[in-house]
Amino acid sequence: MALNFDQALEKYEPTLGLEVHVELNTHSKMFCGCATEFGAEPNTQTCPVCLGLPGALPAVNGKAIESTILIGLALNCSIAPYSRFARKNYFYPDMPKNFQTSQYDEPICINGYLDVEIDTEEGKKTFRVEIERVHMEEDTGKSLHVGGSTGRIHGAEYSLLDYNRAGIPLVEIVTKMIPGTDKYAPQVARAYVTELRDILRSLGVSDVKMEQGSLRCDANVSLSPRGSGILGTRSETKNVNSLRSVERAIFGEIERQATRLESGERIIQETRHFLEESGLTRAGRSKEQAEDYRYFPEPDLVPVTPSAEWVEELRATLPEKPSTRRKRLQEAWAVPDKEMTSLINAELLDVVEETVNLGADPSKARSWWLGEISRLANEKDVSATSLVTASQVAEIIALISSGELTDKLARQVVEGVVNGEGTPREVIDARGLKVVSDDSALMAAIESAIAAQPDTAERVRGGNIPAAGALIGAVMKATGGQADAAKVRELLLKHLGQA
Amino acid sequence: MAAISREEVANLARLARIEMTDVELDHLATEMDVILGAVARVQEVAGAEVPPTSHPLPLTNVFRADVVTPSLTPEEALSGAPAKADQRFKVPQILGDAE
Repeated sequence: MALNFDQALEKYEPTLGLEVHVELNTHSKMFCGCATEFGAEPNTQTCPVCLGLPGALPAVNGKAIESTILIGLALNCSIAPYSRFARKNYFYPDMPKNFQTSQYDEPICINGYLDVEIDTEEGKKTFRVEIERVHMEEDTGKSLHVGGSTGRIHGAEYSLLDYNRAGIPLVEIVTKMIPGTDKYAPQVARAYVTELRDILRSLGVSDVKMEQGSLRCDANVSLSPRGSGILGTRSETKNVNSLRSVERAIFGEIERQATRLESGERIIQETRHFLEESGLTRAGRSKEQAEDYRYFPEPDLVPVTPSAEWVEELRATLPEKPSTRRKRLQEAWAVPDKEMTSLINAELLDVVEETVNLGADPSKARSWWLGEISRLANEKDVSATSLVTASQVAEIIALISSGELTDKLARQVVEGVVNGEGTPREVIDARGLKVVSDDSALMAAIESAIAAQPDTAERVRGGNIPAAGALIGAVMKATGGQADAAKVRELLLKHLGQA
Repeated sequence: MAAISREEVANLARLARIEMTDVELDHLATEMDVILGAVARVQEVAGAEVPPTSHPLPLTNVFRADVVTPSLTPEEALSGAPAKADQRFKVPQILGDAE
């Protein structure tokens, strides 16, 4: 019998483990001077070092080490005074060297933590995620499997390799086992990756684009029968390429494992692949046979021994923590908790801050980004920030404040900008979206409205102010919505002797 | 006791993707055992205060500046490849369950 998430949680407690790989945004690769540009033509960013040609010798990119130390410090890690690179040997063509230069038992950073906050039924709750290690390695090349029906490795006739990505500095951040998250496991995982991404972005060490693979997450899940204290076999889900997928993958894995256990089957220790469409995972490589990578110290690279002075210098450059920043902005803008959560979940905090910095009123900036722009983005199934820029929104808000646009007209301007009709100003000119502020033009429309509804006008004259609504509506209709309703009301009531 | 067993030699051969016959395994297990025995004598000489050497030179923190240098052209990069297609290295079907 298939167990759903709630049933699974009644019987089992989940334990999580998260491995995040992040590509650093250095100009050059980890061990050679090849460029690291994303999306370059295949094999245009390779050299004897990253192709592993005989006699080539690697040289460590100092900036990458600095970035890794910064990441470790931001995650409250100890920086190892002595650290070495190691060769991870394996036969697979994604690394032309037949090994990946990585770190084994001597990583650069160890024993840190990251506190993440999530919304629970009992209010906000903080979970501490402990960090086991942060180590340096290099990314692998990209494989294209040709000949199979699905583009998957199984059934492929041959594979094509592009080594542009091989050798790009990669940092692996590994958590310790995360117990006690219970039914909040999917949210804790998502909050952790989100917080980590925000930290990495604030450090400026990576592009952190999950959709481009510069931030990748592997999620390990195991279940133990509630109260038993016995840790179950874990599965490792790869290919989790968005924050939402992190949450879905863990949710799905908990259901799958519980269902298996419930029907008396055992969990196989294996790699699973997350399927974006269904939110399910598919079995990949079995790890029943312990992997043997025959790690040994990389003889071509000397140890890394960061001095305490260097570490302290780097610590002094750490930027404001994203969680601190969020609290600061929430106070400065006087945002209610719920709306702040919406902003963060919609990933609109940065762009709203940018809009506010361009002079927009914080509450207006928030309501435009969370309201109309998000609505259009949902319709088109794209991100809000891909539709309009902060400066365009700031400009539109300024035009509303100055009375040049009404909210209604402004929505049309946003729509025009989104449809690629140009800048807000160009949309206004092209569509003729100007507030009718000319009193005489408005008065003409008001007089026609009164002439058309003499009874209504009489009631207003008699003191029935709410009746004016019908007349105001008629004027707004006559002016194609380009009049300021407040202004129309003011002129109308005055004309009928009620103001 | 032997320094390396026949099973360990067989496992190493598997990891290194070297196909070996039973006769070869028997032979090599004996030979490697002798070699390891000889090397092990070094451990007797080195006291506990001598750390295992991975790097003969007492150097640390040798870093390169993060500067882009010219890469090979794709033609150069692929010039030694046994097979290529679409400006990529072409490799035979990747068998088994590797990632």
